[in-house]
Amino acid sequence: MEKELRLMKGNEAIAEAAIRAGADGYFGYPITPQSEILEYLMEANPMNTTGMVVLQAESELAAINMVYGGAACGKRVMTSSSSPGISLKQEGITYIAGAELPCLIVNVVRGGPGLGTIQPAQSDYFQAVKGGGHGDYHLIVLAPASVQEMADFVDLSFELAFKYRNPVMILSDGAIGQMMEKVWLSPQKERSKVAPDWATTGKPTTRKHNIITSLELDPNVQEAFNEKLVRKYNKIREEEVRFEEFQCEDAEYLLVAYGTSARVCQKSVQLARQQGIKVGLLRPITLFPFPYKKIGALAGRVKGMLSVEMSAGQMVEDVLLSVNGKVPVFHFGRMGGIVTTPEEVVENLKSKFLKG
Amino acid sequence: MAKIKGSIVINIDRCKGCEVCMVTCPTGTIAMAKEVNKQGYYYAFPAHPDLCIGCASCAIVCPDGVITVYKTKI
Amino acid sequence: MAEVTGIKEYIKPENLVYTRTKLMTENVLHYCPGCGHSTAHRILAEVIDEEGLQSETIGVCPVGCSVFLYNYIDVDVQEAAHGRAPAVATAVKRLMPDKFVFTYQGDGDLAAIGTAETIHSCNRGENILIIFINNGIYGMTGGQMAPTTLEGMKTATCPYGRDVKLMGYPLKITEIVATLPGTYYVTRQSVHTPANVRKTKKAIKKAVQYQKLNKGTCFIEIVSNCPSGWKMTPVQANKWMEENMFAKYPLGDIKTPVE
Repeated sequence: MEKELRLMKGNEAIAEAAIRAGADGYFGYPITPQSEILEYLMEANPMNTTGMVVLQAESELAAINMVYGGAACGKRVMTSSSSPGISLKQEGITYIAGAELPCLIVNVVRGGPGLGTIQPAQSDYFQAVKGGGHGDYHLIVLAPASVQEMADFVDLSFELAFKYRNPVMILSDGAIGQMMEKVWLSPQKERSKVAPDWATTGKPTTRKHNIITSLELDPNVQEAFNEKLVRKYNKIREEEVRFEEFQCEDAEYLLVAYGTSARVCQKSVQLARQQGIKVGLLRPITLFPFPYKKIGALAGRVKGMLSVEMSAGQMVEDVLLSVNGKVPVFHFGRMGGIVTTPEEVVENLKSKFLKG
Repeated sequence: MAKIKGSIVINIDRCKGCEVCMVTCPTGTIAMAKEVNKQGYYYAFPAHPDLCIGCASCAIVCPDGVITVYKTKI
Repeated sequence: MAEVTGIKEYIKPENLVYTRTKLMTENVLHYCPGCGHSTAHRILAEVIDEEGLQSETIGVCPVGCSVFLYNYIDVDVQEAAHGRAPAVATAVKRLMPDKFVFTYQGDGDLAAIGTAETIHSCNRGENILIIFINNGIYGMTGGQMAPTTLEGMKTATCPYGRDVKLMGYPLKITEIVATLPGTYYVTRQSVHTPANVRKTKKAIKKAVQYQKLNKGTCFIEIVSNCPSGWKMTPVQANKWMEENMFAKYPLGDIKTPVE
């Protein structure tokens, strides 16, 4: 079957891609700016086509715990929300990480803290990448920069989630969620008929009973489990780093940006080069694992880096770690739901690196 | 006339000495031992086995499921 | 295995009338002596065994004393976050509609932190069995006040007795869920005497049948004891439960199917 071309919102693309990826269940709760995901799925009613379960839960808490239940049965399940709702989901997310369950969580980020704004932001980077909930754990975090990637990353997320028995987050933002672009949609995949051997599917006489839990009272056993998680995260750090380079070959200055900011920065690279400043862009696609090595290598070739994020400066800390003092690193970004303009980025770059 | 007779087997290692079986037994078959089991509990035992009628009341209320019951007509 | 036996001549396989179900594992239950949790676990396991449902069962256990249910009943079990078992079970049943799905929750889990999940799962008529153990106290954390703690009852966090003006009233959540159209069968039972154990077991069997017929949520409250938390012997606790708990939480069916 061939791919199908459609004009869609980012949120709609995620919903349609979920159906086509053969997802077994979606559990959501309305919150701006991502409610279209739940609305689209309810209208598409995939129960009648693929058999996919779609349910509006009574809260984000309930929704993420439904994801826990479905994932523990070995099903391909997902939820989506936006920042305040993702905060509520943190309880379930850490239990999912602790029970090593695969699932997809979509965060269409809006500005905070608190109820904040409904406009796009990238201020949930720390929450997504550094833990979010309690305990030592990591999500695999994918940052789409287009409606096409919103769609493509659904299938990729499920693949990674099951490969590593680990929750995966698509960290998008209100701009990509709401904007319309053309998108090539993959053909319909069949829902999986086989469950992983660890799943709770009802105990046949041929195996021991399967238990899904994150509880361990023996500190030695718990530590051994924590070490197992560390080994898993290290493997992910080795094998799953994804990024995109844009005019980095001859760059003297490097912009580091993901998602919507990376789209803006592509234009900034062009504007800067028109002014004779050789600027490149490194776009992390995976935020965990972060492309530390790649950025560290580029630090040996450029005079400075500017981390551009719609936040008070979060990813910049990882850029600083990557660069490890080799060259100056600064942060620039707008907040409160304001999307940075390409011109602002160039002006900021000039003010930081080219003054006098 | 046929008489109903019963007999119980108590897994004393698992017994926690809660005494619920003793007070439930309708014939006064069960009493608590004077010595403790390996968990440190005064375990239940059939002090008057000839009184047992195999009604299984003790086993049905035993939280820890330590009692097995047999019943026959003689 | 150390054991004491009655009259040996009657102990023959053909005379066996009761033994622990093989669906209970060999693990010694961690519950305190005389705790109703142990009995409730055992009769649930007996029903699953007698109905031939071991391979069809997915259980969801809570946070609280019964967090370790999975160590004792030999079926597939998921351990849910505190109060979230009905949400977890909702997804399990919807994704695995042919399985027998139950939650097993205490009063703090079901009627305090998990109230929203309880009410909404029941209101959606999720086709699951909810077993609710009500002993009026938080056992696992050391005997603190629960939503179902009786008026005047002393706990670690209401050491002078529950003052309803300050701490609210005992919550009769079973009566609340019975008002929801999604619940099909709602009953309140106990497991402290042979007759009550038999009734509770019958109720669980009914719930199994109703779930097979997709009738909606079945909700079985088991009023139970907490000898350690109540600071009584098990026998005293059962007597106190009859005199005090049953007065507030009377046993019997609250909502029965209209045939």
